Amino acid sequence: MIPEIGHFALILAFCLSIILATVPAWGAWRGNSVAMALAPSLSVGILVFVTISFGCLATAFLQDDFSVALVASHSNTLLPAIYKFSAVWGNHEGSLVLWALILAMWTAAVALFSPQLPLLVLSRVLSVMGVIAVGFLSFSLITSNPFARLLPGAPADGNDLNPLLQDPGLIIHPPLLYMGYVGFSVAFAFAIAALLGGRLDASWARWSRPWTNIAWAFLTLGIMLGSWWAYYELGWGGWWFWDPVENASFMPWLAGTALIHSLAATEKRGLFKSWTVLLAIFAFSLSLLGTFLVRSGVLTSVHAFATDPDRGLFILVFLGLVVGGSLTLYAVRAPAVSSRVSFAWVSRESLLLFNNVVFLVATLTVLFGTLFPLIVDALGMGKVSVGPPYFNAVFVPLMALLVPGMVLGPVSRWKRDNAARWRGELLIPTAVAVLCGITFPLVHAPYNVWVALAVLLSSWLLVGLAKDFWGRLRSGSNTAAGLRRLTPGYCGMVIAHLGFAACVIGVVATSQYSIEHDLKMEPGDSRELAGYTFRFLDVGQVRGPNFIADEARFEVMQNGVQVALLNPQKRRYLASGSVMTEAAIDDGMFRDLFVAMGEPVGDNGAWAIRLHYKPMVRWMWLGAIMMAVGAFTATLDKRYRRERQTADERIGAAAHGV
Amino acid sequence: MSASGLQHMGSRLKLFLPLFLFVVLATILFRGLSLDPSEMPSALIDRPLPQFSLPALGAGRMLSSEDVSGEVALLNVWATWCISCRVEHPYLRQLADAGVPIFGLNYKDSDAAALRWLEELGNPYRLNIADREGTLGVDLGVYGAPETYLLDADGVVRYRHVGVVDENVWRTVLEPLYIELTRAENTP
Amino acid sequence: MTLLRTLLLSALMLGASHAVALIETYDFSNPELEARYQYLSDELRCPKCQNQNIADSNAPIAQDLRRLLHQQLESGASDDEVLEYMVDRYGEFVRYRPAFSGTAVLLWLAPILLLFGAVGVLIATLRSRPKNVSEGTALTAEDNARLQKLLNTTERDS
Repeated sequence: MIPEIGHFALILAFCLSIILATVPAWGAWRGNSVAMALAPSLSVGILVFVTISFGCLATAFLQDDFSVALVASHSNTLLPAIYKFSAVWGNHEGSLVLWALILAMWTAAVALFSPQLPLLVLSRVLSVMGVIAVGFLSFSLITSNPFARLLPGAPADGNDLNPLLQDPGLIIHPPLLYMGYVGFSVAFAFAIAALLGGRLDASWARWSRPWTNIAWAFLTLGIMLGSWWAYYELGWGGWWFWDPVENASFMPWLAGTALIHSLAATEKRGLFKSWTVLLAIFAFSLSLLGTFLVRSGVLTSVHAFATDPDRGLFILVFLGLVVGGSLTLYAVRAPAVSSRVSFAWVSRESLLLFNNVVFLVATLTVLFGTLFPLIVDALGMGKVSVGPPYFNAVFVPLMALLVPGMVLGPVSRWKRDNAARWRGELLIPTAVAVLCGITFPLVHAPYNVWVALAVLLSSWLLVGLAKDFWGRLRSGSNTAAGLRRLTPGYCGMVIAHLGFAACVIGVVATSQYSIEHDLKMEPGDSRELAGYTFRFLDVGQVRGPNFIADEARFEVMQNGVQVALLNPQKRRYLASGSVMTEAAIDDGMFRDLFVAMGEPVGDNGAWAIRLHYKPMVRWMWLGAIMMAVGAFTATLDKRYRRERQTADERIGAAAHGV
Repeated sequence: MSASGLQHMGSRLKLFLPLFLFVVLATILFRGLSLDPSEMPSALIDRPLPQFSLPALGAGRMLSSEDVSGEVALLNVWATWCISCRVEHPYLRQLADAGVPIFGLNYKDSDAAALRWLEELGNPYRLNIADREGTLGVDLGVYGAPETYLLDADGVVRYRHVGVVDENVWRTVLEPLYIELTRAENTP
Repeated sequence: MTLLRTLLLSALMLGASHAVALIETYDFSNPELEARYQYLSDELRCPKCQNQNIADSNAPIAQDLRRLLHQQLESGASDDEVLEYMVDRYGEFVRYRPAFSGTAVLLWLAPILLLFGAVGVLIATLRSRPKNVSEGTALTAEDNARLQKLLNTTERDS
């Protein structure tokens, strides 16, 4: 019964989204306020019904209703309850319902938290989001019904959730990721609404900026969690593989980063409006493209859902309509006459443009690299592979290019700055940075030029930011005035940029200084790695809720002092019979120690053991968290939370008015 | 048209560039839907079978590439641990009965198990190469059983099919090529 | 047909559960070889897995290729020779770093070309636009009054 209710609720949501996609937009076109005013309530209605549908699906999983085909293929009676719940989105059909749910949440949020938005604009924005909802709900209902039943003859037990997914990572990674790239639909909707309205001015930038920042923050967290999860779950110490599905989430992030910077210029100075609109369309198009890549089977990936070309065709048609439609609208409605160039070559605007150039090139490079095997195959020129060696080689230099811009950015002035002042501002940071880069081998041998470069770039950023921060704090007539100058917007930028610097250090240090050894060890053996001694104590058997494991105990010593006790496991899951390695990690701020078990070797209790030393790897994820925190902080800026309308918004409303 | 009018049109046309690029992309993606990314053509197409010296299954003598050349034939890579090979086996016997020469490459298997298997299920192979270590398999670029190579009379690899050979595969893919190669061999 | 194909495909992927880290212990005659082994096993793709290098996959073919790699390195082959050996048998597909030849040249040049292209377009676009030369067009009295009103009611941004 419950699955049927869920199915029906999904159908209702679909009907409501059709109405949302059409009626308020028509109302905006015709100036019919009644039609326009329907939009917020429709949005909330869609949210209610999708939530009911999702709830029913979750209930089916939690109640072990194996007559539902999805539950039978992805769950099991022995599965811990929390994983029964997250199994809802551990598969194609369920994850689509999650997509729809999160889209409905964003839509309702825009409907409810935009009191200052003129109804004309709001109705258009919500209609666009309704169009997207129509696409995803119809995709779900027509090709990927999550509520399909296995009647008669429901199995007594299910196939179990893939053991890899039986992990806290599954609980948070997909929802955060979806919050991110579904969230870019808001920026997209605002851009389309602006194009539909025919007036492209700076107020739409002000309206979309907080939404875009929040979406970007979530996407950063989602990607970071995916990386961290792969690191500790897969047992080989890797954290990014440039897999097509990973790239599918990374490309919107790269475009999104360009977007949040471009929005800054558009909001502050009213510049690049047309370009920012295009970026907003581009970022969300990449989200949709990602959905296509992951579910169509067009590219091989370890992360891909069970693929089906028919589903792929559906998404491609949807992609064609949405992206094709929006780019056509852009081509027809964006201002052809460009605004006058009102900034000098030496100015903050130039630096933001440079940021956009680098991120755009990065996005296109990743896109081209990901699709290259497909392009070559489509042209009948054989099969090639493009993997981490290529991406690492081209991506890292691009990111390095950003840093000089990031150092100058915060201290630069809008509209017109002068090069001499820049040289003056840069003097101390550059000197300190070069010093750090050269002297760092005193701290860590052997000398590695890449790490030195990373230290130089990161300390350059750090000192530049610190100097500017201090300068602002001191600039007011008293402390209070100085603190007032440290707005949430500014602090957010500082935190985010520092996060980037931390990421750079983490990535480069771990790539260059990691040490890995595969060794045969017997209980009682000791091995040295990077100054740590790993002693294999013993092996025993343990039972988990749905698995049996061989668990080894390792003692890690440094300079005679015990540093950690690690218990890696080799698990065999009872329901599926699959075997999995559960690595044991001793995490620290400056290094991770990693032990994983392979196979037993020989007859005297020896095992193949992998030992890893990974320095600074946490800095990468902490940096990502800082970037997200920075973006959230920037959204707190009070200019976005003005309840009362100010003069320019009244003027904006009047200008948009009928 | 005036100069500024042309300029206006030019800049308007530039705005269509993203749409144009997207159409190109969508075309590629559409084409991609009908392709199979995991399908891998053999690197040995139009190259002779690698040299090898491996024992014949169950017999003492050593085989080399000469033993599998001389006529257009199939080289079937199989093993007893491979479930799909069992599925494919009856059809291979049908083909053998119809006169298609089939050589077998017993890939990373145990001789005893393989011989038992053949006794139980029948033997469609003219002869079987026992590749216990998989060395010939690596030289051929085998990555999993079952795989079937189509060799011409000179022992040159002409095609590789990965997966089960059944009626459909034979009729649509292998048979036309087999007939063509046999005809080419017979015409002087 | 799809079901059958899926079944057969899964039967083909015997033991290729993609996340069990199969750890083998190879003895290397010197640490430099071990480093090269680790480097090369990241460069080579497992021919039948769902996008994994031979270091991370536990498919039987990946195991075989790792053993082969070890053998080749111990017998003194250079990095290029090892890669050529693999490509000879499995095709270009098995290299994760596309060789700088044929169509892949475009792939390698793409980032540079895109970068210079983007910068070029940017400079050309900005140059072609008329500069906002007039710094101070005098405001009319009416505009001035309006300006004052706006300044009084709008909060200043930081």
